[in-house]
Amino acid sequence: MQDLTSFREETREWLEENCPTSMRKRMLEKDVCSGGRQFKFQSEDQKLWLDRMIARGWTAPTWPKDYGGGGLTQDQAKVLREEMARITARPPLQGMGTWMIGPAILEFGSEAMKQQHLPPIVRGEIRWCQGYSEPNAGSDLAGLQARAEDHGDHFIVNGQKVWTSNADQSDWMFCLVRTDPDVKKQAGISLVLFDMESEGVTVRPVRLISGASQFCEAFMENVRVEKDQVVGDVNNGWTIAKYLLTHEREMIGGIGNAAAAKSLGEEAVAAVGLHDGRLADEALRAEVAGWEVDFRCHQLTMERVRDEIAARGVGNTSAMIKYYGTEMNMRRFELLIALQGADALQWNDESEARRWLRSKGNSIEGGTSEILLNIIAKRILELG
Amino acid sequence: MEKLVLTEEEQMVRESAAGFLAEQAGPDELRAIRDNENPLGYSAETWQQMIELGWPAILVAEEQGGLGFSHTAMGQIMELAGNTLACSPLFATAVAGASVLSLGGTDAQKSELLPMVAAGELTLALAIDETARHDPASIAMTADSNGDGHRLNGSKCFVADGNVADQLIVSARTSGVTGDADGISLFLVPRDADGVAVTRTPMVDSRNAATVRFSDVSVGSDQLLGVLDKGMAILQPALNIANVHLAAELLGIANESFQRTLQYLKERKQYGVFIGTFQALQHRAAILWTEIELCKSIVLKALRALDDSPEDAALLASMAKVKTCRTAELATNEAIQMHGGIGMTDEFDIGFFLKRARVAQLLFGDHRYHLNRCAELSGY
Repeated sequence: MQDLTSFREETREWLEENCPTSMRKRMLEKDVCSGGRQFKFQSEDQKLWLDRMIARGWTAPTWPKDYGGGGLTQDQAKVLREEMARITARPPLQGMGTWMIGPAILEFGSEAMKQQHLPPIVRGEIRWCQGYSEPNAGSDLAGLQARAEDHGDHFIVNGQKVWTSNADQSDWMFCLVRTDPDVKKQAGISLVLFDMESEGVTVRPVRLISGASQFCEAFMENVRVEKDQVVGDVNNGWTIAKYLLTHEREMIGGIGNAAAAKSLGEEAVAAVGLHDGRLADEALRAEVAGWEVDFRCHQLTMERVRDEIAARGVGNTSAMIKYYGTEMNMRRFELLIALQGADALQWNDESEARRWLRSKGNSIEGGTSEILLNIIAKRILELG
Repeated sequence: MEKLVLTEEEQMVRESAAGFLAEQAGPDELRAIRDNENPLGYSAETWQQMIELGWPAILVAEEQGGLGFSHTAMGQIMELAGNTLACSPLFATAVAGASVLSLGGTDAQKSELLPMVAAGELTLALAIDETARHDPASIAMTADSNGDGHRLNGSKCFVADGNVADQLIVSARTSGVTGDADGISLFLVPRDADGVAVTRTPMVDSRNAATVRFSDVSVGSDQLLGVLDKGMAILQPALNIANVHLAAELLGIANESFQRTLQYLKERKQYGVFIGTFQALQHRAAILWTEIELCKSIVLKALRALDDSPEDAALLASMAKVKTCRTAELATNEAIQMHGGIGMTDEFDIGFFLKRARVAQLLFGDHRYHLNRCAELSGY
């Protein structure tokens, strides 16, 4: 424990010295640094902050130093998170690289693959997107039809992906493809990596109910993928996909935490005002307080699960975390609309309208709420 | 910062308590107490064994002859007592009563009474509510100056263990008007004192509760707990403690109701298949399980706050009570529904969980009371 205490002191000191003041403000979606070939820094401070964190390996704090990571233990990483939260330091780099494919490559990839792909992720040079869903493979993801044909030293990939977040801004895709059509559907899938600049890749943004086009369709027509770009073994992609979905669910389940600049109670007071020290609308007051209780319970459950995994190495909770976290986030936006009234429904970038509409996707992406309840019922409760 | 997992020591308390309670103090014992109309309202033999296990001493400081162990450890026992529906003076005496004495007693009171609590020689009851819905500031009962001491007049209701406890901890108004938080004082009154009339009020959970009337009951200055007119300064933190432990019990009730229901879903066949294969029931079970997992987190956090960060205890106590009240209500209602007709029979135990849940929910404030308090404590 003494080690952690001195680590905390050093970290606090370093952050105080190195985190620019402008990078200590709560961030909106437009303030995210996602890196990649197309990324343009919004300020010199944003670049400075990223460079300093890269130099320490803290864009991927727990990854081994050999690949540019910080080499921190889970406990140290928790301290770093807490110390960054203390001064509301912005995450220097966010995206599918550090959250999703990086951890999967660390777990399943070859040494050569780690050397090739991890350092550019840590340095924010390459931005990744995830090719999972297809027009006819949503909840039934394992029914996917994009196929990769074996051509000796390489595969030729044909097919279509949908709901591919930020595909038009990304440099590489990790993509689930069918490599064996003649076996049980889960047993014939592989996870392959390819550059979005490869010949035959076309991306088309899809306009959503929020008016934004964060999601894309991606078309692959005779795209060449080298054999050494298969993560893990050929036809073992479903195992990795499930591992990644677990990561994704924990991440989506935690969305409410980072996104909220103010507590809902503060939002409520700002919107509705106080009367004799109580929120001026009694019905809303009860709903807001009820949400705050559930939100705290969910946050504490994520903390408890992390502590239990650290202490006992068990955990089977990502479905629950995602199910409840997305319900919380959607309830939060409904309450914000109720609190702010017609102002919130104005069709512009400042109102809550677009974020409220975007939140409707939370209980669909990364496994629908119904699929997650199936998983809990079957795997944890062992019902039929 | 303490982690949200049990220490080895706490885990040991939990495991030994689980074995004892399941074997000795399950629903069968409660059923026997109810059917035999046992006037004590609990099994003297089971209570004696709890004393021998040291449970009444857990929250009493070592200098007063206790174990000075943690709320987190006691909370494990309370949760497991919720699992088995164990009834005993443990909560009213060793949690609620002991906390008031520890927080508000003079050195003389503490050194006289707490060793007796720890040794199981003294039982206590909190006589604070005067209305059917918890409202600790709504005190009409009077304590008029009477020489060195006071004279008590008024009535208390819903006093858990009020019909059997040796001493009552009573809140009464020494100044101000009904509804004021100031002007309330706490007194220690023997149940058999002159002018005290106790009537047992049988409740749906078959446990002890009583209405207590006070007519010109004389108390000396040595029976005052804490500072005159400032009783709330003791009562409020003691109620935080009591509510966190009730939340632990409610977690146990919710979880056991759920586990029994889950088992039933795997045993009961209709249309030639186990009813647990129906998605309509699977999703309800999955949601219930999720809610119970959330309860585990907030209860453990609130227990840790009682041990390590009392400044956070008020909000966390109310949050824990809100969440466990709602979940216990859901879990016990779903338990009856998913058991179907057999859940409505007295012969089947599941109804006992429903009945105890509602009483524990109401005691010291249901989720609506605590939701209001959460909002107040959060500045809105």
